[in-house]
Amino acid sequence: MTLTDSHPVLTDGSRLIAEACVRARADAYVGYPITPASLIFFYASRRFPVALPAPDEITALQWMAGLSAAGYLPVSATSFPGFALMVESVNMAYMMELPMLLILVQRLGPATGTATAGAQGDLLLLNGLVSGGYPLPVLCISDLEDCWLLPPVALQMAVDLRTPVVLLTSKEMVMTQESFDLARLPEITPVRRTFYHGPGPYCTYNPGDDLVPPFLPVGNDRHQVRLNASTHDRCGIIQHTSDEAMANTRRLQAKVEARTPLLYHLDEQEDARMLVVTYGITSGAAREAIMTLRAQGVPVSLLIARTLLPIPAVYLEIMDRYPRVVIAEENYQGQLAHLLFGRRLPSHIRTVTAIGRMIRPDEIIRSL
Amino acid sequence: MSRFLVKSELPYCKGCGHHLVVRNTVKALEALGASPLDVVLVTDIGCHGIVDGNFATHTVHGLHGRSVALAAGIAMGLPPEKKVIVYIGDGGATIGLQHILEAARMNVDLTVVVHNNMLYGMTGGQPSGLTPPGFRTVLTPHGYPLPHHDLPRLVLDAGAPFAARVVGLGDFSDVLRQALEREGFALVEVLEICVSYGVKMNPDLRLKELAQEAGYEPGVWTGPPRPVFRPSRRETPSLLEIPAVPAGYSSPLEGRMALILAGSAGEGVQQAAELLAQAAMAAGLYATKKGSYPVTVGVGFSTAEILLSRTPIFYHGVPQPDVMVVTSADGLANQRERIRRMTGGILWLDGSLPVPETGAEVRVADFRGRAGARNAALYALLTVLREIGVIPPEAFLETVRASPIGRHIDLSGW
Repeated sequence: MTLTDSHPVLTDGSRLIAEACVRARADAYVGYPITPASLIFFYASRRFPVALPAPDEITALQWMAGLSAAGYLPVSATSFPGFALMVESVNMAYMMELPMLLILVQRLGPATGTATAGAQGDLLLLNGLVSGGYPLPVLCISDLEDCWLLPPVALQMAVDLRTPVVLLTSKEMVMTQESFDLARLPEITPVRRTFYHGPGPYCTYNPGDDLVPPFLPVGNDRHQVRLNASTHDRCGIIQHTSDEAMANTRRLQAKVEARTPLLYHLDEQEDARMLVVTYGITSGAAREAIMTLRAQGVPVSLLIARTLLPIPAVYLEIMDRYPRVVIAEENYQGQLAHLLFGRRLPSHIRTVTAIGRMIRPDEIIRSL
Repeated sequence: MSRFLVKSELPYCKGCGHHLVVRNTVKALEALGASPLDVVLVTDIGCHGIVDGNFATHTVHGLHGRSVALAAGIAMGLPPEKKVIVYIGDGGATIGLQHILEAARMNVDLTVVVHNNMLYGMTGGQPSGLTPPGFRTVLTPHGYPLPHHDLPRLVLDAGAPFAARVVGLGDFSDVLRQALEREGFALVEVLEICVSYGVKMNPDLRLKELAQEAGYEPGVWTGPPRPVFRPSRRETPSLLEIPAVPAGYSSPLEGRMALILAGSAGEGVQQAAELLAQAAMAAGLYATKKGSYPVTVGVGFSTAEILLSRTPIFYHGVPQPDVMVVTSADGLANQRERIRRMTGGILWLDGSLPVPETGAEVRVADFRGRAGARNAALYALLTVLREIGVIPPEAFLETVRASPIGRHIDLSGW
């Protein structure tokens, strides 16, 4: 559907995410019910070419890995309690280098926490999720337009990097309904994907001159494919700690570091000496805060991070330009601040945090 | 050497029954006339699983216990002419028992070969769910005290069309061939004794006698034929094929208004709030609607926060409402603290409710008695709109009429 005229609707982010995934050519959704990700499951079950209800979270990830190995581009959405059970399988898919998209809808923890309350509490969980500290690419949705724009980017990343990619969001982003003009949505370019067409033997993990090996599905009629979750050489044969295997393992980090796209929104104002840094659901409060300040004649800049992991160094460079920086996020610790600065926060950095509710614009304004 | 192997020397201890599983698998595949690239071998963690490198088929080496679920995903993504085989041990089968039962229940097209040497061999000889009673392991030197699972019976109960158990001696390739030949889920349990840990801890036992004593009855069992689970790709309509909210009304609102509607689950609170947001859009406003409710579905509170605004809304939280509408005791209990903190604005209360402490102007109306519990939220919003005039009540009524619930409500008296 191409909408050229205004087409106002009341919609939630879940609908846009599911539709954007399918238009980008994601073709299998494996889901199971968990609040607040169930709305994505609902839409995906109506829309994906193949939609499978899994009996549990581990099975969901294993089915996704199997479908991915067979050439599908699978998607699932979950929240922490389910995601926790998926972690070993996410590591498996990462090691096997299987493209897939995981949408993590944050809710209030720890543990079961409050299923129907939003949060931004899982960033530090994602940082270090892969054993050995290898980076898992994480993008973060900050508004309804991102619900449309980021799934195709994340899916293309998953294919280009041959890796699971996490799209981070939260309850209020995917469940709150907002007036929105569908005509604002640009056309989605389907994911570009090619399979290995070269001569045999095909070595599953031979990157050639690149960091990412070409992909070929298992079950194909041309070349043998070996996938392996254990330490392996270029051909997928299990190894202890051979030089070739260690080089392969190091490559996992190198490809993600080198090829994760840098996505952020930077709205800098001339003469501004203050910068608000945020991501996800708190972006809305940050936007309103800077609109209020600017209306009062106070120059202020805004950085909304969309690429969260691996954490881009450019965020530090941008922050270095400002004598006063506020990092706003809906968790107790200030997880992005912790990720950037560890336990010693520089004196010009302040944090605004909250749990159990959204951060308000006036809190950001006061902190500046 | 068979065309299914690239190396004939297998990575197993001398005398291990796993050798025979591989030889019989290869013989069965040859008997079927399959090509190596028509076969995907999915291996679990365990001694059996390090054999990937010997096979000329596609090979996938996964996690401990999860190989059946992984293989199910592969099988669901491949055409019927491809054969997916799982090699799993008794330890892996214990860890992933649910995956096995689920694949059997769904009748996914794969063949699971369980290498049951009655203990976790790779990790040092610990007992598994398939260790028979009396069997000695490093952790149970006086004999394992519990009964073992009967895998063929379990998968048959779950709906598998084929299950078998063989004593892992000699030629059992025909059973494997039958399993591979049949479309759908098949499980073959191969009984073995681990030469490293089983024999050491149970030097007097012989496999056949052990199987007999343990009640591990060999056999081939078939269930009634069932459709194989094989998802097919379907065409689906766009999720964006939803009607635009019609324009046609106007609103005097200049800035922003925050309204909270608090009631009980199952009384249409969220739906009423959604319709209000749509009516606001019909009147040219921006709107957001956020729901809040406990994890229970049909009981407890249900609260909706609605923002109406002349300008775009980026932050859709409601720290302090301009209007609070409470239609039930659940809603009042949930919002009591926020109502207490209100220093202005208007609080509408159903007549059945006590007036709480608040700095808001209180107005009482009969929502529940007038419209019934199920429609109290809708009626309350209409009442409020008639008084505060932020959106024409006709816009709201038209939105309700055009919605799926419009057909079921008699609005004539409203």
